[in-house]
Parts: sequence; structure tokens; C-alpha cells
Amino acid sequence: MTAQETKPGIRLDTAEHAVERRPAGELVFDVQDLSVYYGEFRAVREISMSIAQNQITALIGPSGCGKTTMLRCFNRMNDLIETARVEGKILYHGVDLYEKSVDPVEVRRRIGMVFQKPNPFPKSIYDNVAFGPKIAGFKGNMDDLVEQSLQKAALWDEVKSRLKESATGLSGGQQQRLCIARCVAVEPDVILMDEPCSALDPIATGKVEDLMQDIKDEYTIVIVTHNMQQAARVSDMTAFFTAEVNEEQDRRTGVLVEYDKTERIFTNPTDERTENYVTGRFG
Amino acid sequence: MAAIGAPTGAMDLRGDARRRRKETRIRRVFQGAAVFSVIVSVLIVASLLGRALFFLSKVDLSALWIPSRGWYPRRGVFDIPTIVMGTLVVSGIGMLVAAPLGLGAAIYLSEYAKPRVRRILKPILEILAGVPSVVLGFFAITWIIPNVVQTIWPEAGFFNMMGAGIAVGILITPLVASVAEDSLRSVPGALREASYGMGARKRTTTMKIVVPAAVSGIMASLILGLSRAIGETMIVAIAAGASGGSAFKINPLEPGQTMTAAMTALAIGSDQVRGQEGTFESLFFVGLVLFFITLVLNIVSERFVRRVRKKY
Ligand SMILES: Nc1ncnc2c1ncn2[C@@H]1O[C@H](COP(=O)(O)OP(=O)(O)OP(=O)(O)O)[C@@H](O)[C@H]1O
Ligand SMILES: [Mg+2]
Repeated sequence: MTAQETKPGIRLDTAEHAVERRPAGELVFDVQDLSVYYGEFRAVREISMSIAQNQITALIGPSGCGKTTMLRCFNRMNDLIETARVEGKILYHGVDLYEKSVDPVEVRRRIGMVFQKPNPFPKSIYDNVAFGPKIAGFKGNMDDLVEQSLQKAALWDEVKSRLKESATGLSGGQQQRLCIARCVAVEPDVILMDEPCSALDPIATGKVEDLMQDIKDEYTIVIVTHNMQQAARVSDMTAFFTAEVNEEQDRRTGVLVEYDKTERIFTNPTDERTENYVTGRFG
Repeated sequence: MAAIGAPTGAMDLRGDARRRRKETRIRRVFQGAAVFSVIVSVLIVASLLGRALFFLSKVDLSALWIPSRGWYPRRGVFDIPTIVMGTLVVSGIGMLVAAPLGLGAAIYLSEYAKPRVRRILKPILEILAGVPSVVLGFFAITWIIPNVVQTIWPEAGFFNMMGAGIAVGILITPLVASVAEDSLRSVPGALREASYGMGARKRTTTMKIVVPAAVSGIMASLILGLSRAIGETMIVAIAAGASGGSAFKINPLEPGQTMTAAMTALAIGSDQVRGQEGTFESLFFVGLVLFFITLVLNIVSERFVRRVRKKY
């Protein structure tokens, strides 16, 4: 598996790509040779990377390189796509998420997700936050939990007087923070975020980024972003993916090019493709 | 040189006059069709209104509300509650059949069926929606009443409101299912994903997120089904068993008279419709009442549908 070379914790992969540094700290995910197919089409190929606890890991790369596909493997959301098929392993605290006996519902209770477009339920603000705990059988004081969750998402002060109003009446940025509150209400172990700020203005984006920093002590966060500055600002580790021309099929398959400390990815990347991308020289 | 037909200068900004005239003509045609349908609706109400008013002028108004006397137009007994109750019983039974079947089918088709299964089932549902009601009327007397109604309730007669109601329910099930399914499918997939992402199971997602989000459309489907049930004539005329007149009946196992069947009985036997003055005209009064009931129901359902559209 992992060859420990040069410095401890660093692995220079022998494969033609993937310069990978293992993150320090306890691992949450250990992805091993993961490939994802949509029908016959291989969308991502042989990804190996590991994600550490209480860190923010950013997935970056050009459009179509499989970031969303990859992210949705972590909580088995790809199960909902009929044609999607996964090969390889994702160990979550040592357990393979794709083992037969694993229940995707249990996976998603521990590994929450915030989507690109805010998608609050057409219910009240309160009910949006209470939905997850309720279905998980939460018995404690719901009012307190709703308040705490909204506070963590930096939304409480803006909505505390209108908890019974419909969530669809909130602004886009407020809706996205509500989705984050809804996600943290079930106290997941990991939060997956797929371009959570792409529909938000810079102020709302700043709020979401701040709150990611605030909550990272309690959660492990994996974020997909197109915004280089955002990745550089918020994340500890960054994985750069790109789409490679695939010989068998006339389509592009996503591969992991480089995975390292964010600082290193942005200042001194090993792979030329990474450098071209992060400096904006990529098409 | 400019390409063929491409504008070359300010002279051409007005465009082609012939094409504009053609545009106007086409608009007139569509406008005409729209106006025509409005005119027809007005004519219907007007034709009902004249005769209905004549009827009201001929009968004692208090006599329109004498429950327990029944509906015997040829004898000049016009008890409106009798036929309203008949309509309520039949369409109520129809809804008891169609609401669970129709909504169940809608939820199955929209949430559970694989695309391939839906591609097969949806057209079958639409064929069922196209079955002429006279066929269902005969189905009621040849199969539903002897095999279902009389098996469960041996005391039931050969004609009864129960059999008619069940057949009406079968008739409107496809309508309820199709309108409800449309509204379920119009719930954005992002909401389902949000729910699954929270660790909800399929049934929780369906019942707690998708169905509530589509509730307006589901209500609309039920109201449309109800107004179709109230307006259904042929099945009731064949299977409910009241030719001409009927006593005031609540028990669905007995024959009964609905508003529509009462009108048919008068209309198809027009040579016999002499009786008292106003007997024939009572048909128009009942028709007017029916018109307004369905109008109100359709307006209400239109409101619900509009609320669905606004939400997303
Ligand atoms: N449901 C699907 N069915 C078939 N192919 C899909 C599906 N979803 C994604 N793909 C394909 O998989 C590849 C990777 O898509 P993915 O959405 O993961 O890219 P991405 O890196 O998230 O792109 P973006 O930055 O534009 O969001 C693309 O070629 C895409 O066309
Ligand atoms: Mg994406």
C-alpha cells in the first residue's frame, strides 16, 4: 500500500501521476484505487487519497474532472444514480463504505452533505433544521438543538424572530447557511460541500468560509470549489484533479494529479499541470 | 452584398409587410378560437338560466326542500336534497375508491417505479382513462355488483349506488393518478437529494418531503376527480337503478338517484315528459346547480395548482 519514502508521511506514487502526501493526524477516509463508472463511461480512475480528521480538504480541478462524482462517493449519494458504479475501496474509519453489509442511510447520517444550489425544504426554517434530528429519533430538547445549529451556521441572529416562516423566503446566502445548519443539526462526523458558495455573493461567501473555520474543530470537511482563493483560504489539504483523454472511449476521465498541503499546492506544486491550473494558465 | 433576406439599411427596419399581415391573421385565428369557447360557455349558462328560471317560477320554492318525499318529477315532486344526496353517496364512494388507488399509483409511478416500468404503466393508465363510461356502467352491473357488492353484502339488490360508486371510482382513478403524478414529479430532485443526504430513507423522503411539497397538486387532483365524479352520468344511469324517480336514499346498497341521472332520465324520455308544468324545465334547473358545483370545484383546484407553480 503506502510506501513511506523520503520524509515520513510523504509518498511519491510510483504511478504515472498522483503525487500524494498523506495528511497528518487521524484518518477519516482512506480512498484506495477508486474508479467510478456511469454505465460504460469511467468518470474517475484509480483515485487513492486519504483525508484526515478535523481538517478541511479541498478538491479542485477543471469542470468535468469528476470532483462532484468523487465527493458523492463519500456518502454513497451516487447510489441514487442508477447507472453509477464504484470500483475500489473507501475506508471510513477502517470500514469499507461499499461493503455489502453497509447501509447507505447510516452512512449519510454520519456523513452529511451541502449542495451547490441551496435546497431548503419548502417548510419552515425551524422544521428544516429539525427534520434530520427528528428522523434520526432525537429525543432531547429540539428548540435548543435548532438554536445551537443555527448559531453554528451563523444564521441565528438573522432568523431567530421568524423561525416559523418558510425557508424559501430567505435569501440565497441565508438558505445556504440554513442548509449547513440543517446538516450540522444531526451532528455528523463529516460534512461534504459541493461548491457551497457558487450561488452566493462575496459577503455571504465570507460568512460561510468563516463558519467553516469555526466548526472545523468538531467536523471533518471536504469541499469542492472552483474558487482558487477559497481553496487557498480555507483548506488544509488540497487535491488537484484533471481530466485525461481516455484511449478506449472518446471521453475524458478524471484523475488525481497532486494531493498535498494547500500551501504547497499553491506555492510550490510538484506537477506542472497543477502549477498551470493554480496560476490560471490552464485553458 | 448582404446575404439573402438580411436587412441592409434603415429602410428595412419595418420588416416585410406581408409577413406582418400574416402574423396578424394567425393571431386572429387563435383569438377567434379563444373567444368561441367563451361564447359557448356563456350560451350554455344562458340556455340553462332561461329554462331554470321558468322552472322556479312554476314551482313552490319551499317544495324544493322536502326531504323524505323524494324526487318524482312526473308527479311534480322536486326534492333537491334527494338527488344531491344521491350524488354525494355515489361520488363519495367513488372518491373512497379513487383517492387511495389514484394517489397510491401516483406515488408508485413517480417515486418507486423504474423508468422502464413507468414507460409501460403510464400508457396503460392513459388507456384506462379513455374507457367510455358506458362500458364501465355495464362492467358495474355485469361484474362489480354481482361479484363484489353482492358477495360482501348479500342483501344488496341488482342495482345499487355502491356498484355505481365503485365504477365511478375506477373511472376517475386514472385522472387522479395522472394529475397527482405530475405534481409529484415536478418536485425538484434537489429536495429528494437533500433528504437522502440527511440520512432519510425512501419512505421518509416520499412521505415527509415529496408529498408535502406536492400537496397542492395532490389536492387539485382530488378535486378534479371529485368534480368528474359528480358530473358522471352514464354509469349512474345504468347501474344506480333509479329510472325516473327515487325516494330519499342514504344507504348505498339501495338504488338511488343522482343529479346527472335525474337529468338523463328526463332528457331521454322527453316524449313522456309532460306531467306537470315545469317537469321538463326541472332538468335545466338541476343542470344549472350542477354547473355551479363543478365550476366552484374547478376554480378551487385551479387555485391549488397555481400555488404549486408559485412555490418552485
Ligand atoms: N449522472 C451522470 N450520468 C452520466 N455521466 C455523468 C453523471 N454525472 C456526471 N457525469 C459525467 O462524469 C464526469 C464528471 O462529472 P462531475 O460532475 O463529477 O464533474 P465535476 O468535476 O464536478 O465538474 P464541475 O466542476 O463542472 O461541477 C463528467 O464527464 C460528466 O459528464
Ligand atoms: Mg461538480
